[in-house]
Amino acid sequence: MNRPPKKFLSPGHNACAGCGQLVAVQAVMRGLDEDTIIANATGCLEVTTTAYPQSAWGLPWIHSLFENAASVASGIKAALKQKKDGKTKVLVQGGDGGTYDIGLGLISGMWERGENILYVCYDTEAYSNTGIQASGATPYGASTTTTPKGSESIGSTQAKKDMLAIALAHGLKYAAQSTAGYPDDITNKVKRALDVDGPSYLQILSPCIPGWQINNDEAVFMGKLAVETALYPLLEYKDGILNASSITGSFRAKPVAEYLKKQGRFKNLSEEDLKHIQSLADANLKRYRL
Amino acid sequence: MPKNEKQILEGSRAIALTIKNIGPAVVSAYPITPQTHIVEDLAEFKADGRSGFEYVRAESEFAAASIILGASATGVRVYSATSSQGLLLMTEVVHNIAGLRLPVVMTCANRAISSPINIWNDHSDVITVRDAGWIQLFAANHQEAVNQHVLAYKLAEKLRLPVMINVDGFILTHSYEPVVIPGREKIRKYLPAYRPSAGSYLDPKNPVTLGAFFTPQDYMETREQLHHDLVASLPMIKNEYQAWKKIFHPSDDEASGPKTPGRMNIDNGLISYYGPQKPDTVVIALGSVIGTIRSALRDNPRIGVLKIKVYRPFPAAEIATCLQNAKNVAIIEKAVSLGQAGPLYTDIAAGLTEVETGSLSKYNKRLNLKNYIVGLGGRDVTEKMIIEIAKDVPKKNHYLKFIGQI
Ligand SMILES: Cc1ncc(C[n+]2csc(CCOP(=O)(O)OP(=O)(O)O)c2C)c(N)n1
Ligand code: SF4
Ligand SMILES: [Mg+2]
Repeated sequence: MNRPPKKFLSPGHNACAGCGQLVAVQAVMRGLDEDTIIANATGCLEVTTTAYPQSAWGLPWIHSLFENAASVASGIKAALKQKKDGKTKVLVQGGDGGTYDIGLGLISGMWERGENILYVCYDTEAYSNTGIQASGATPYGASTTTTPKGSESIGSTQAKKDMLAIALAHGLKYAAQSTAGYPDDITNKVKRALDVDGPSYLQILSPCIPGWQINNDEAVFMGKLAVETALYPLLEYKDGILNASSITGSFRAKPVAEYLKKQGRFKNLSEEDLKHIQSLADANLKRYRL
Repeated sequence: MPKNEKQILEGSRAIALTIKNIGPAVVSAYPITPQTHIVEDLAEFKADGRSGFEYVRAESEFAAASIILGASATGVRVYSATSSQGLLLMTEVVHNIAGLRLPVVMTCANRAISSPINIWNDHSDVITVRDAGWIQLFAANHQEAVNQHVLAYKLAEKLRLPVMINVDGFILTHSYEPVVIPGREKIRKYLPAYRPSAGSYLDPKNPVTLGAFFTPQDYMETREQLHHDLVASLPMIKNEYQAWKKIFHPSDDEASGPKTPGRMNIDNGLISYYGPQKPDTVVIALGSVIGTIRSALRDNPRIGVLKIKVYRPFPAAEIATCLQNAKNVAIIEKAVSLGQAGPLYTDIAAGLTEVETGSLSKYNKRLNLKNYIVGLGGRDVTEKMIIEIAKDVPKKNHYLKFIGQI
């Protein structure tokens, strides 16, 4: 039975006002029940919810390090197996830094082992907690504190790593993508992921107020625009096959400029750059059409 | 196999059989020479159905340490083993485990560290995590390694502190010695099934937050507490050592010599000392080299040999007691704090400070303290070297020497 999600993550955290990650986390919590243990990576979520002696968590929750949450979860799973506890679910939460970059090898190891663990990545497209440095999830053209825009630089010129494809390459039974613009979609995906017996991955675009240089009432709106421009479609793969997508027959994408121009991090883009990013969205339209 | 029967076993096998009988719930490891035989043996026990633990194959030592961390935080007994580069790769997790106060037990098959790469024995690896908040045990022979593994779980679970058992790579892990493996019942008598208290581990029935974020307001006290708990564990280590000895007789200390007048014979779990009450020289070492030292110096009635079995917490008072009547001290060690001296040397020098006043103790002022670095990267430590060291100690010359060959 589902208790009110407030019990799992109480509002007394100190994330920035309007934080998109916290919107996403609350939606994830609504997909859980109390028989869940959480392993959390270092990052904004961990720091803003557990300032000792307080904790916003109403579920058993552990934070060890930045890059090892997946392995910690494997250990939890192994211990539960020994306790003959087949009921308790294990959830990992990490940021894009902990997922795409520093923790990637350990996540790969966890997926190889085929353990029934749900991994959720809150993708802020930067290391938000340490002051918005670039990560492997930072998209082309975004200005961050380690890829700043300047007279000689537009910001990051690397492509965003395709983490969903990496997940799928591990043969995951369930892999999906959502954004903080669609909390109900997130909740439903968490439930479906937990229905699968095996490793599952959910990646959620989580607009970050200072990181994206947006107003604090715009996180959900940006999450919607990312989907509407086809830059970050809602996707769901079951057994490696695309099973649900926001890009369906009737879908008409908005121009990416609508999304980019509202964010301070993309302030330095030329027409050329906009064209390049539009081409990425266009490619998504082909690749993810159902 | 009749009880208490000696078997000729490889050191790794002896350790693996002991772990099997202790019965951890979760084992995770990553192969590295010279630890490999231990984790291969455990995998074999699992494959043969002789052990019921989860054997989680990790993709790195970093993951292996994190896996046992997660399992331990879920309230079950865990085990891992590593060496050298593997331990260094684990470093961040090793510190984290202690800070989380998890009763993790791990074997370190001590090996040199790179660069240059070298797979043979010395103590450079463990020294890098000396300050991480683990109890550090050092075994000098197979039987001691076996006994220390049982002791390790008792201490870890009673004190909520992680324990590392150091065994010299190859010298102990790959050599054969007669050894007695304690059976399950015997271990059970000493080490009850692990039942952590509610609220101390991850459990949906009792949701706790572990690994919270500590600001300057609270961080310092938790570190101070960890330090105090480690130091305060010294008497318990002694007691638990004696308690195990009562249940399981095979002695792990060949020091025990005849109780002749004028000779001291101490064996208390923290240290062992055998030698004159008023020695000219005391030779101090960690690990298996103690065997060579004892053998080289057995005919010298003026020299005492002090073996340190527990390196963290540091048994400074016990050591000082053994040195109170000595003139010279030779600290022979297989590690060096590059740019300073041997780590054991600096620990002993610091450990001879008067606890109550902070002034240099009376022994310290009178003692001639010498440091000999030996055996790095598996270089043979010969009896001849030890005899030469014993001759060198009283001389007024440089306090620190690397003894590679004689
Ligand atoms: C080994 C290690 N390197 C660096 C850090 C510093 N650090 C802490 S959180 C963080 C960034 C987190 O970024 P992300 O995973 O994207 O999470 P976010 O804060 O954006 O939610 C970094 C670099 C660390 N804690 N550990
Ligand atoms: S920095 Fe970004 S991700 Fe972190 S709390 Fe603030 S809005 Fe949320
Ligand atoms: Mg991030």
